[in-house]
Amino acid sequence: MIEIRFHGRGGQGTVVASKILADALAKEGNFVQAYPEFGVERRGAPVFAFIRIDNKPIYDKSKIYNPDHVVVLDPTLVEAIDVTEGLKDGGFIIINSPKKPEEFRFPDKFKVFTIDATAIAVKHKLGTLAAPIVNTAITGAVTRILNLTKLESLVEAIREGVPLKPEDNVKAAIEAYELALGGKNA
Amino acid sequence: MRKVIMGNHALSYGAMLSRAQVIAAYPITPQTQVVELLSEMCADGILNAKFIKVESEHSAMAACLGASLAGARTFTATSAQGLALMHEMLHWAAGGRMPVVMGNINRALAPGWSIWTDQNDSLSERDTGWIQFYCSSNQEVLDTVIQAYKVSEKLMIPSMIILDAFALSHTYEVVEIPEQEKVDAYLPPFNPPFRLTPEDPHAFGGLTSPDHYMELRYKLQKDMEKVPDLVEETGREYEKMFGRYLGQVEEYLCADAELVFVTSGTAGYTARVAVDELREKGLKVGNLRIKLFRPFPFKKVREILTRVPKVAVLDRNLSYGHHGIFYQEVKSALYGQPNQPVIFGFVAGLGGRDITRESFKEIADYALKHDRAEEEIVWIGVKK
Repeated sequence: MIEIRFHGRGGQGTVVASKILADALAKEGNFVQAYPEFGVERRGAPVFAFIRIDNKPIYDKSKIYNPDHVVVLDPTLVEAIDVTEGLKDGGFIIINSPKKPEEFRFPDKFKVFTIDATAIAVKHKLGTLAAPIVNTAITGAVTRILNLTKLESLVEAIREGVPLKPEDNVKAAIEAYELALGGKNA
Repeated sequence: MRKVIMGNHALSYGAMLSRAQVIAAYPITPQTQVVELLSEMCADGILNAKFIKVESEHSAMAACLGASLAGARTFTATSAQGLALMHEMLHWAAGGRMPVVMGNINRALAPGWSIWTDQNDSLSERDTGWIQFYCSSNQEVLDTVIQAYKVSEKLMIPSMIILDAFALSHTYEVVEIPEQEKVDAYLPPFNPPFRLTPEDPHAFGGLTSPDHYMELRYKLQKDMEKVPDLVEETGREYEKMFGRYLGQVEEYLCADAELVFVTSGTAGYTARVAVDELREKGLKVGNLRIKLFRPFPFKKVREILTRVPKVAVLDRNLSYGHHGIFYQEVKSALYGQPNQPVIFGFVAGLGGRDITRESFKEIADYALKHDRAEEEIVWIGVKK
């Protein structure tokens, strides 16, 4: 079983990112469970989404406290909250940021990856300049780094699950997939 | 078709595949998406149903009852305070023998104001005469809606499909969505023996003198007693057609167990994982998940629990001044039975507090160390 926690801000499409990945994983016969933080969300406030992946039915319905990996959609969250809370040793931290992984100070037991999903989203005119929608680009990077599904399954999931500008979102995901390479301690 | 959907939409798909004809509902968190998707299905013509917008849950149920009496298959969904507001109408549905099917997302009753799960909303309606199914996965939610119409319409008793707020309602899981033609073959159209029509005017719910009232209620109870066997029969039939058995209870590793957890809802699935982990440590535990709560599955529960020495009932609810409600019910079912086990009652997870694998380890630890319950209620995870 693999458990992933997503950190974002309300309005960034954090929950949708976890749903798209779940769709892609399900296409390849995996069992998945994806859920938002239980409660209410406010635009701009820190939000969470979670995903469990297994090759057999998932019976555990409790919350995820010790994720294998975390994905951070907004780099300012790294300063605002502890994104490594409960993260297992050896866990991956995938951050949407133009910085290099080395520029983030995390304990060496974690592997750090960065992808400039914001630049990719802006390039493909997803969302607005002030509030770009980075979720599809992030799913591309996560797919490459964690190697959980084929890119084709992700592309199919985006086409089916993103109602606005599906082709631009697909392009953003593919671009992020291609750019997402070796990180710190990787 | 395999699809990743949230529990709320599992209810919507269940109603759609059952070809509900009249839907009346009022939005309330965390139920809202059930009705949103159904209204979209109606607007898009995917579902040929009359969607009635109403001003309250009381009206939603009243609209369903009118439609049901006219011979329509009806559906609604609600939660917590919404269900409480329907209370009077729930008695009308069961007493008037109108087989409405309703989804209820278990949400703690206010105050304190809460949108998170516990079972006190639906258990407060325990004695209204509705059939109650407590579900543990989105697949089970969808399948049970279809089965519930079959059971309800055969016996003319309404059904409530119950699922946990967020842990199911907003959680996406992989669900096999059955083909419409196969569902049609399993569930024929609703064809009640009596229906209201202007061509042959009658009234329902007239004054019933002491000469007749008791017989109406006797008949309701007698038909309620037929539900467990009918759930068994329709659940087996469902398994033959769709490959998934829908039973009254789910027994997991109880046969050789020294301690069996009695659970319901999503906690009933987390318990299975805890059982696996405890067994790895050499502890012989099992899990009996109660899915059909009303009518109470006496036969199944007695059959399974009189073979084990200890039983730990987990309640995500409480009858204030008494015990957890499943605990009361299990004790009442086992009282005076040969080989009555020692029964412990635990309360956990009120107002959405998480019930984890660790919760069950704590429960097992207590139950295995004690010869009998020293407290009326053993609280799990409470800040005393």
